[in-house]
Amino acid sequence: MNFFEVFGLPRRLAIDVDELQRRFYALARQTHPDFHQAAPPAERVAAEERAAVVNAAYRTLRDPLTRAEYLVRLEEGRTTREGGEARPAAPASLLAEMFEIQEALAEAKAGPLDEAGRAALAAQRDALQHRYAQEIDRVRGALAARWDAATGAERPAALVALKDALATLAYLRTVITDLSDALGEEASGVAHHRH
Amino acid sequence: MSRIIGIDLGTTNSLVAYVDEASGLPRVIPDDEGRALLPSIVAFTPDGLVVGEAARRQLARRPADTVYSIKRLMGRGYDDVKDELRYLPFRVVPADGTVKLVAGGREVTPPEVSAAVLKALKLRAERHFGEPIEKAVITVPAYFNDAQRQATRDAGRIAGLDVVRIVNEPTAASLAYGLQRLQQGVIAVYDLGGGTFDVSILRVDDGVFEVLATNGDTHLGGDDFDRVLVQWLLDDIQTRHHAELARDGLDLAGDAEILQELRLAAEAAKIRLSSEERTTLTLPLGGFTYRRQLTRGDVDRLIEPLVTRTLGPCRRALADAGLQAADIDQVVLVGGSTRVPLVRRRVEELFGKTPHSQLNPDEVVALGAAVQAYILAGGITSMLLLDVTPLSLGIESLGGIVNVLISRNTTIPTSAREMFTTSVDGQTLVDLHVVQGERELVKDCRSLGRFELRIDPMPAGMPKIEVTFLIDANGILQVQAKEQRSGKAASIEVKPTYGLSEAEVERMIEESFTYAEADVETRLLIEARNEADTVLTHVTRALRQGATLVSAEERVAIETALTALRAARDGVDRDRIHEATTAVNRATERLAEAMMDAALKGALGSTRAAELLKERP
Repeated sequence: MNFFEVFGLPRRLAIDVDELQRRFYALARQTHPDFHQAAPPAERVAAEERAAVVNAAYRTLRDPLTRAEYLVRLEEGRTTREGGEARPAAPASLLAEMFEIQEALAEAKAGPLDEAGRAALAAQRDALQHRYAQEIDRVRGALAARWDAATGAERPAALVALKDALATLAYLRTVITDLSDALGEEASGVAHHRH
Repeated sequence: MSRIIGIDLGTTNSLVAYVDEASGLPRVIPDDEGRALLPSIVAFTPDGLVVGEAARRQLARRPADTVYSIKRLMGRGYDDVKDELRYLPFRVVPADGTVKLVAGGREVTPPEVSAAVLKALKLRAERHFGEPIEKAVITVPAYFNDAQRQATRDAGRIAGLDVVRIVNEPTAASLAYGLQRLQQGVIAVYDLGGGTFDVSILRVDDGVFEVLATNGDTHLGGDDFDRVLVQWLLDDIQTRHHAELARDGLDLAGDAEILQELRLAAEAAKIRLSSEERTTLTLPLGGFTYRRQLTRGDVDRLIEPLVTRTLGPCRRALADAGLQAADIDQVVLVGGSTRVPLVRRRVEELFGKTPHSQLNPDEVVALGAAVQAYILAGGITSMLLLDVTPLSLGIESLGGIVNVLISRNTTIPTSAREMFTTSVDGQTLVDLHVVQGERELVKDCRSLGRFELRIDPMPAGMPKIEVTFLIDANGILQVQAKEQRSGKAASIEVKPTYGLSEAEVERMIEESFTYAEADVETRLLIEARNEADTVLTHVTRALRQGATLVSAEERVAIETALTALRAARDGVDRDRIHEATTAVNRATERLAEAMMDAALKGALGSTRAAELLKERP
């Protein structure tokens, strides 16, 4: 049973989050281990596993970004996330400017930053953060709508567009975190989505 | 289902509570003298273990054998805590990924010390109900990691308790509030205790308490307030009394007894300043007395950086919940340190609303634990708590980078699966390293365990190793690994590389019966000796300062009474100790009066000795 099916929802990116929450609470009341405390051990374990699936499904679908990531996996027939590459590679569209940023980063790591170097790094980070926010809006908005509306023949292209955007986001997250680390600050607003 | 009690195992104080079936409300169980709080202090004396108030009185007398704030060491490695060891008067040594302490001439683990506290609460509950109690819900800081949770569960087992649930303190508090005044909406629970800080953001909706995000600092609390205050006082004493210190040959920083007395005096002054604007701290030292006026402003300046440190976690929790401060409908204060006015002010500024503290901040967590216990026993079916895991969990992958399987703030129980493969041809051993934390690199996270999986030799990239994480409702992790391609799937459950093995826990359960808490008789004897010791110290000091104020005969009478008390104190006859103590008190009545007079006339350098005699019971 996939996460959409857990809640009896169609496999679409547009979701009524309030309705999702209502269904989640109703399912949680059935499955939560608190209510199976007196049951035999085998039943308790089964309830716990059911609750784990319901919780994971809720958390995945509630957030538009993890929802999109999950949908891509589902469409590609993968039940788990792939291991291996924990650090995403730079998408082709970002290569040129990333080269510049990586250079600045290497410099920052080599020695202490002067005032101007710091300001430049901070400006780059802020620009990337802005871009990150825009890309999220695109995934939640245009790309999600395109996927939901796509018919048979249009689906592969819609999926690829979604996948590319997600890869860009993953890459931006690591670079923003690196820049924030180099600046000795916390990356705000991106760590939450690290997966 | 049998009765389940709720226990708040705190850094400074611990409590036990239950839900009264008639009223449906949670109640704290007091001790025989009506005290709800049990100081989380364990003294290792030659006569056995002493716990609680009686142990508290040993703090300054036997600093090296009286263990307090043990919660700060639970589930910790030596490197995690070595910076704060200089504040602790008992010896802490590294032990196999964790620490042990040396007290009462033997090595003990932090879970064993906590078990002594739990056992005292278990006994308290058993006396209250007149029946054996075997099951408990125990609270932990929401931001406790896996190792700290496991250590807490081990402590429960050593105390003879089946820990049916580990529940997070701020969430427990929200249950206690929720039961009594069922609000809807989003609440922030700000929980600043003796040693730990937590903040949790919850959505309460028709009996469901859903934690949206939690954050915190497991090494930030009232203890830290005391420490900065003690440091400041030490500097002040050195500056103002260097002549006297040199004269009396006192090394304050190196004297565990004086440091402990100073810590207790600082703590008491801090508490007074929560309700008063100014107070005087008085501490007899060698041949002089240190007296210091303290204002609330003085202490506020010292603790300000610490209070500010709590705001970062609050902002991160809000960000993780996807909310702004203005979205919070109610703020609830939990933990004794939220009585500090500066803390209240900062919380109010951050969230822009007056926080609630109708329920006693010392008791609310225990009350909530009792509510959760009652839910588990089937007594309440309308309330459901959906808690989260505070820290991300992952596996080490190539290059020492963490591959996160479960992100922080995921509702528990939860599970996650991921496929891994090999990087070398013919590899037969796969090393899996499980870590917890928010940093990208393994070296910056907490290592939870390593385990090896044996597989058939295959070309690199061929094996399909499926790793499954399951976090149960206690927030405790189980990991399984399977190689799928070979068909004969191997499966392994992670045994943590830190903490106690099953065998060790069993041994400690056995030992705890033979090394049980001192029985009532012994405890009373120890208390009588304590009192005798206190009187001996104070009278000896007073006699030194006021020797010229009484006649030679009176001096001899006092000396004789003191000698008798010393002899009685070393014996085992409790009544004799009490009698000898009373005799000393009687013999010094004149001396006390004379010193009082002299003090009023300013004839003595210090008024403290007279006050000591006067204050004595």
